[in-house]
This record gives sequence, structure tokens and C-alpha cells, in this order.
Amino acid sequence: MKPGNLTQSFDCVIVGGGHGGSQTAAALRQCGFTGSIALIGAEPEIPYDRPSLSKDYLAGKKTFDRMHLRPQDFWGAREVELLLGRHVRTVDPTTHTVMTDRGEQFSYGQLVWAAGGDPRKLSCPGSDLAGIFYIRSKADCDALIDVLPGARRIVIIGGGYVGLEAAAVFREIGKDVTLVEALDRVLARVAGEPVSRFYEKEHRARGVDIRLNSNVASLQGVNGRVSRVVLETGDAIAADVVVVGIGIIPSVGPLVTAGAKSTNGIDIDAVCRTSLADIYCIGDCARLENGPGIRIESVQNATDQAITAAKAICGEFKAYDATPWFWSNQYDLKMQTVGLNYGFDSVVTRGDPATRSFCVMYLKKGAVLALDCINSPRDYVQGRKLVESAARIDPAALADTSRQLKEIDLVMS
Amino acid sequence: MATISVRTRNGELHSFDGRIGASLMENIRNAGFDELLAMCGGCLSCATCHVYVEQLPSSANLPVSSIDETELLEGSDYRRENSRLSCQIPFDETLSGIVIGIAPED
Repeated sequence: MKPGNLTQSFDCVIVGGGHGGSQTAAALRQCGFTGSIALIGAEPEIPYDRPSLSKDYLAGKKTFDRMHLRPQDFWGAREVELLLGRHVRTVDPTTHTVMTDRGEQFSYGQLVWAAGGDPRKLSCPGSDLAGIFYIRSKADCDALIDVLPGARRIVIIGGGYVGLEAAAVFREIGKDVTLVEALDRVLARVAGEPVSRFYEKEHRARGVDIRLNSNVASLQGVNGRVSRVVLETGDAIAADVVVVGIGIIPSVGPLVTAGAKSTNGIDIDAVCRTSLADIYCIGDCARLENGPGIRIESVQNATDQAITAAKAICGEFKAYDATPWFWSNQYDLKMQTVGLNYGFDSVVTRGDPATRSFCVMYLKKGAVLALDCINSPRDYVQGRKLVESAARIDPAALADTSRQLKEIDLVMS
Repeated sequence: MATISVRTRNGELHSFDGRIGASLMENIRNAGFDELLAMCGGCLSCATCHVYVEQLPSSANLPVSSIDETELLEGSDYRRENSRLSCQIPFDETLSGIVIGIAPED
């Protein structure tokens, strides 16, 4: 039988079963979309809360059944066909069809690509040894959890949020943790230096051995299993387990092959349309053409873009303009970010990091771009208004903790 | 059986049996109410599970709001006296009969 004989048609096909894909399906129904919907997901599980993987799930504090974004029967009740455990391999924009790795073919009226990303893999010698883990999917996390009881020394490669959150969990369960970062500070890609230095200090105070400016030369093993991480300096770190958190690569291959305009991720317009007719793209793998010029990897972005795309499919074209926000939990530290600091030219630290409650504000040409608030939800909430209005405020006033952010006068409007 | 009643944004009231031990947010989500985004998954990092406690059984006491919860609610344009973040309220038998309204989206 030729694959073509198996073609099943849907008015909307959603590729990706994460936050973005599942919210697209839910939002389509909320908007009154009455057509048929298929949601094709690579993972076998029904849509779940991904950020918990590197936090409470890894720590054993939250069971998986509490992480379902919607209950199992929700999808049937909303008439959303879940096609899980499948990867879409090709998209044909001319015939409006996609094909999966199982050889199934589905035709679509509208396609929403919400496939997210795959963890960037190590490429140095030894990267194929056993005992090397990534944290992106539940399966990744389960494989890691399985080996934890027998592991004492864990080396984390990458000082981004995932690496730091995992380091916090591992210290809390008593593992020896070394964290290797190639740049001169942790969170270098996403946060300002005061935030980086604060987290380095907190992790070191809890016994994490942080190695900055350290590139991994190779991984060495015994009987096919990793035992040492060798740095370019020649230093070697003993490891029972290696956890890699060096970012993601957007999962966009089939769309790019199909001809969708892409830069870093798929380029989308203000309502999440790609350059291909009837194909939308949202979430981690999408890049707004008229935005900050970067992809945004967050639950908020995936969720709000899903709503934008669903509305557009239903005929309501409302440009995506949600205020970005993000969070990270490490030890007893709650970080909340509002805005995007991309392109900042100065920072103001509000409060004393030594008190473990402070915020770092990012400015560009005097206007507030973003805030990273650590154990400081009041500044997070009040700072949102400053971000949304791109407020221009005297830096000395921003730093003055005797006044709340909402009480500070604008320098000029 | 312990009952939760939820008023959706269009004013309709729905009742269902709650799961003891799960938070009100989890209960509302698991009952299929997709108006509640609960984007941070219940870790007190956002305010997208904002509800109004419309009726409380007379014998029931809700846990007092933490400072963090109060601050996050402060940021909502729709905050009322009876506003809560539903992820911060564990559901138990004493709350049977509670009536919750889902707050408008900020």
C-alpha cells in the first residue's frame, strides 16, 4: 500500500505536543473553531508541564500525573485527535500534507508548527559514551533519574538555567556537583553580570564546584561508560554521570526544507504566519520578524503565541504583543523575569544581593527593558508596568529601595 | 465526596467532585476548565490561576495568603477582596461546597 492511500485529512494539524501545541488546540476550540484538529507530538505522553522536569520532577517532589497540562479526557472532549509518538519528517506546502516517521500522511487546511527544539548535543570525542544525559523530555529525565541512586559525582556541562536548576536539585539530594561553563560567567547569554555573580556565589556556597572559562575537550570512559570530563586546560574531572545543558536547536528541518523563510528558527509575522501559505509557527522554534530578532524559549511565549495563531486561524488578526516573562527556581531562590533584556546598555541593581532579595533592571538608552527579580515578587509585579511603558527613569531613583517602583516618577515620558 | 463549584467567565456554574490533596488549581484544570492557564504549573511564579472565592463553607478556613501571593495578585487589574491564586489552596474535605469564580485574564 502506498502511503498516499492512508492520507487522513484535518482542518488543522498542529505539530508539537508541548505547551505551544496543546494551547493552540485548546485556544482554537475556545475561539469556536469547529473543524477537525490533529495534534502530532513526538513524545508518547499527553501534553505536560515541561519546566517542572529540571525542577520538582527531577527532585522527586512532583509526580508526573500532576504535570499534565490538561486531563487525558480533555482532548477527546474537545475533539482533538492526539497522534503521539510520531515525528513529522516532511511538509509539502503545495499539496498541504505532512508525513510522519511512521509513513503516515496527513493533509491539513492550516498547519501550526510548534515542534520546539532538541537539546544541543555535545560533539567532542567521547560524546557517545553511556552516562551522558540531557534534560528536555520526560524520557530524558526518567533515564537520568534511573541512574541517580548509583551516582555520586555529577558533572554538569553548561551554566544556563537548566544546568543551574539541575545543580540545585543534585546538591539537595547530596550529590557532588561540578558545573562547567565555557564563558566567563553563568547565565551569560540571558542575564546581566550581577545576576550571574549572585547565582555563582549561591551555588558555590552550597558546594557546587563551578568552573568558568572552561571548554570541554573530551569525555573519557571505562567500558563504554563516562568516567571523566577532560577540559581543554588538561584538567580532568571525575564523573559518574554527565548532564548536558547547552541550549536547544530549533526543530524546524522539515519546514526549512519546504521553503519557509528562516533565520534562526522560522521567521513569523505579527500573527505567527510563516512565509508559506496556511502555515503558522509558534514558540521556541519561531522568530518574530518585527521583534527583538531572537527566538524566545519560554512557556509564556509559546502559550501566548499559540493564542495569537489560534485567533488568526479563526479570522481574528491580533498582533502578538504579550509582555515576556519567565521564571527559574533554584534552592530557595525564586527568580522572576519580566521583559527582554536583549540589547541593554546599562544595568541598575535595586537592593543588595547579599540580602538574597533584589532585582536587576536592564535599560537601553535610558528606557527600562527588563527586570530580573530574585525573591522580589513586588518589584516583578510593579516593574512590569515600567517595562510595558518603556519608562525612562533616573537610575538613582530606580535603585532607591525606600520607594516602591510604582511610586517612582518618570524622568520624562 | 467533596464538591467544588466553578463559575466560568461567561457566568455558568459547574460542580464536580474534587480530588483531596490536589490544589484548587489542579482540580480546576483537571476538571477540564481551559480558561485557567496556570502557566507556571503552580510554583507561585505568575498569576494566571487567579480566582475569586465566592462562597466558603462556614466551617472552612483557607490558608492565609503568603506575601508572595499577595504581591502577585496586586499586579492584576481584576483584583478583588476575595482574590486568590488557586495553586496556593490545597483542597480538602472541609472545603467541600466551595464556589470559585475564574477571574478575567489580565
